[in-house]
Amino acid sequence: MQPQLDRHLRFTLLSDMVLIRAFEDRISELSRERGRLPGMQITCHGQEAIAAGVVRAMIEQDVIVTNHRSHGHMLARGVDPKTLMAEIMGKRDGLNRGKSGTLHLADPGRNVLMTSTVVGAAPLLGMGAAFAQNYRQEQAATCVFFGDGAAAEGSVHEAMNMAAVWKLPVLFVCESNRWAGAQGHDEHCPIERVADRAPGYAMPGVVVDGNDVEAVYIAAHRLLEACRAGKGPAFLECLTYRMHGHGEMDVQHYVDKDELAAWDKRDPIELYIEVLQTEGLLDSRDAVEQQAVQTVDAAVAFADASPYPPPEEALEHIYVQPIGQEG
Amino acid sequence: MTVKSVGQAIAEALSLALEMDEGVFLAGEGIGTSININPHLPTHQLLERFGARRVRDTPVSEAAIAGLAVGASCMGLKPVVEIMYFPFFTLASDMIINHAAKLRYLSGGLSSFPLTVRIKSGLFSAGCQHSHYLESWLTHVPGLKVVYPSNPADAKGLLLSAVFDPDPVVIIEEMPLYWSIHDEVPEGDVRVPLGQARLARQGRDVTLVTYGGAVHVALQAADVLAEEGIALEVIDLRSLLPLDTATVLASVRKTGRFVTLHDATRFCGFGAELVATVAEACHGELKAPPRRVAAPDIPVPFTPPQEDFYRPSAETVAATVRELVRTS
Ligand SMILES: Cc1ncc(C[n+]2csc(CCOP(=O)(O)OP(=O)(O)O)c2C)c(N)n1
Repeated sequence: MQPQLDRHLRFTLLSDMVLIRAFEDRISELSRERGRLPGMQITCHGQEAIAAGVVRAMIEQDVIVTNHRSHGHMLARGVDPKTLMAEIMGKRDGLNRGKSGTLHLADPGRNVLMTSTVVGAAPLLGMGAAFAQNYRQEQAATCVFFGDGAAAEGSVHEAMNMAAVWKLPVLFVCESNRWAGAQGHDEHCPIERVADRAPGYAMPGVVVDGNDVEAVYIAAHRLLEACRAGKGPAFLECLTYRMHGHGEMDVQHYVDKDELAAWDKRDPIELYIEVLQTEGLLDSRDAVEQQAVQTVDAAVAFADASPYPPPEEALEHIYVQPIGQEG
Repeated sequence: MTVKSVGQAIAEALSLALEMDEGVFLAGEGIGTSININPHLPTHQLLERFGARRVRDTPVSEAAIAGLAVGASCMGLKPVVEIMYFPFFTLASDMIINHAAKLRYLSGGLSSFPLTVRIKSGLFSAGCQHSHYLESWLTHVPGLKVVYPSNPADAKGLLLSAVFDPDPVVIIEEMPLYWSIHDEVPEGDVRVPLGQARLARQGRDVTLVTYGGAVHVALQAADVLAEEGIALEVIDLRSLLPLDTATVLASVRKTGRFVTLHDATRFCGFGAELVATVAEACHGELKAPPRRVAAPDIPVPFTPPQEDFYRPSAETVAATVRELVRTS
């Protein structure tokens, strides 16, 4: 069934994307200040339509398993930007008490079940989560996000195979952004469309324009409904482009500037604003953007005010039931 | 002799090996075209110099990278493959542990695997899925050789030995050393034999055995202790397997006191093996029980104050040595 894209939903998709962009623009800015954000910051700049489109197509009981490029998935899921920012800064009041940083964010209470930054591991984890949903006969599915580069890992194929054999409710969402580190798609993938592999595992492989938020939403909505209805796994490939370097310190010396410029013209947020304005639904973008900036300001203020966790807290959270720490 | 960074020294070993032997090729994720343009990275500009036949960027596929090395080495090539960060070695481990290390044995000596795996290790504010010191896992596998350089000359010399060794060798490189440690490096094909430790500092009171980046921490501690009249002898193992037991035991017999130091966690860490070796051989000659300085038994934390908490410091080393001297 074709989902209804009502006015409210369309504004939600827009404001999600705008918030993700504002949040990550601030991360890019802060990452240039030494010591402010520990580690390597990896943004989803240009891929916001996938985060917003797929995550908003989920129902509350659906579960997310994500990877190193997770900020967008978290924000679209409604994770508090304040604790998210504090976590990225490694602070005590961060979502994961400073244990994660930008890379391993998890908010199980919101069904952002877990993150793996071992490339290609997420599909295995998602397959397992979907097994649990199936086992308990829940009317829910799991969305697992990974890149076109990750599709080269054997783990992704094992996950697809087992999920298909057991008809598990998992949606494999491949964010095909043309890059795996400094390796271009042609260097790591022998076929243009990763989704072409899906039929080999007896599941539908759907390809969408990953910069068109409504197209992503509609495709994800349909496939998730099928997953929840017991039809087994599905594969959704969202075609997009990695607009920033692999991390904020990566100057993209290996990227063709014309290609980058061409994709910049297809910015998912600009495209959507144009759609909404043409339809007379959006007078001015300012209100949405101001709101996002205020949210991000508040998040940074919250994170700045939070101290680092005490060093000894490094000893906590290894086991549920701590074993004796022998002196 | 020229002064080089550890990264430049490794790059020199790799290019020498590529020049010297047509059977040598490099493969790994981003070893040719890298997101980094840092000239201290070991594979910097090797693709430009040697071309894509000899220097291969691979897909993100650790099992395939390792399988490539095992299959190609059995055919007589000398693969040098890179695993980007130590935790991802687990994905390559079936090929290296169950195959590279065992197939010579299983073939009754008919086949051999002259391959080298370079593994990048170290702390870099990324948390425990990117940082994990797993060297003692590797040394628990008969059939592998495991080396762990601390300085530019050794990084070059050990790598050259590894590449031309007829057996599978894993070489662990601590990334922070790539650019932080500069020293003189001999020109040309100057090899450091596997299985020979280096006396990094002579001392009469206490023997400290360590490897990798921790060597520099130990030397800092030795400076502090020297001012207090305690002479710390520091041994840099360079090879963990084969292990230069003779050098370690000779030193312990001289000083009568023994400490190990590493950045890996303590429980079942390499220090435990060293202590056992020393205890078995020198039981009656020790003036005090041996001590281990190591990371606490926790995953590598992310947030800066906790990452610092994890890493054994020169102060901790000095305090342990002081106590050892005081109580014996
Ligand atoms: C198993 C493993 N190997 C290597 C890496 C290093 N690494 C992190 S991200 C990345 C590229 C991943 O590309 P892709 O899956 O396409 O995701 P993208 O970053 O493009 O979103 C690599 C090689 C890793 N984290 N895990």
